[in-house]
Amino acid sequence: MSAEAAVFYLFAAVTVASGAVVVLARSLIYSAFALLFTFFGVAGLYVLLGADFLAATQLLIYVGGILVLLLFGVMLTHKLYDLDLRSEVTQFLPGIIVATGLILILASPVRWPLDLRGLMFRTQWAVGAGRPPAATTAEIGQLFMGRYLLPFEAASILLLVALMGAAMIVRRRKDA
Amino acid sequence: MIALQHYLAVSAVLFSLGMLGILTRRNAVNVLMGVELVLNSANLNLVAFSRFGPGNLQGQLFAVFVIVIAAAEVAVALAIVLTLYRLRRTPNLDEADILRG
Repeated sequence: MSAEAAVFYLFAAVTVASGAVVVLARSLIYSAFALLFTFFGVAGLYVLLGADFLAATQLLIYVGGILVLLLFGVMLTHKLYDLDLRSEVTQFLPGIIVATGLILILASPVRWPLDLRGLMFRTQWAVGAGRPPAATTAEIGQLFMGRYLLPFEAASILLLVALMGAAMIVRRRKDA
Repeated sequence: MIALQHYLAVSAVLFSLGMLGILTRRNAVNVLMGVELVLNSANLNLVAFSRFGPGNLQGQLFAVFVIVIAAAEVAVALAIVLTLYRLRRTPNLDEADILRG
């Protein structure tokens, strides 16, 4: 097994295992901290894919922003003396059936005796020469300021609108 | 040799886990965590296509936009959850049935 494969399987195992903890843990705090490891695992896979800028962005925005925001959400939606922070589960069996079915439809490796391979093995992906691992930050910056300027500006307006909307929604109204 | 399919498999498992979280959790914040897992799996696919595809950076650029939209989504969604909690004293989604006729 090459070094690349070893690192890939390490990060894939971290990602999938902590993702399972996020979904299955009884306590909300456990879920939130398992989500931290999922984000780290995905960032490691990004590095392995040669996306250095995106891996740093993933850590900064997901771990530094979204995860902290989710922890605030956990804390603010429970009473202070409510220490165990349980999250109840409903419809567990139908959920398991849907999730397992999704995995099988997408990634089933069964080839024998019936050809039941998942969609990702049946599809003819447009695999090309690929991009050799190289620094991406400068190129991404030039693309954002050049060819993708309009979506870039639209994304900044979206962030402004979301900021103002979130503040509007949680504001305590005097008349209500 | 790690190929495109390896990454797609990890992403498919992550997507299904996120779907399981969205479907089975009662707590709204926990459902949001499931949504984050789904968005991360989509991002992983995009970056993998960017690496193994024709060799340009479009997949990574798309992933940056997905991250931006995820940040906006989680901010607005948490605002709604907090308002619901103030109104109903519960973070459970199945008790948010005010609009039921």
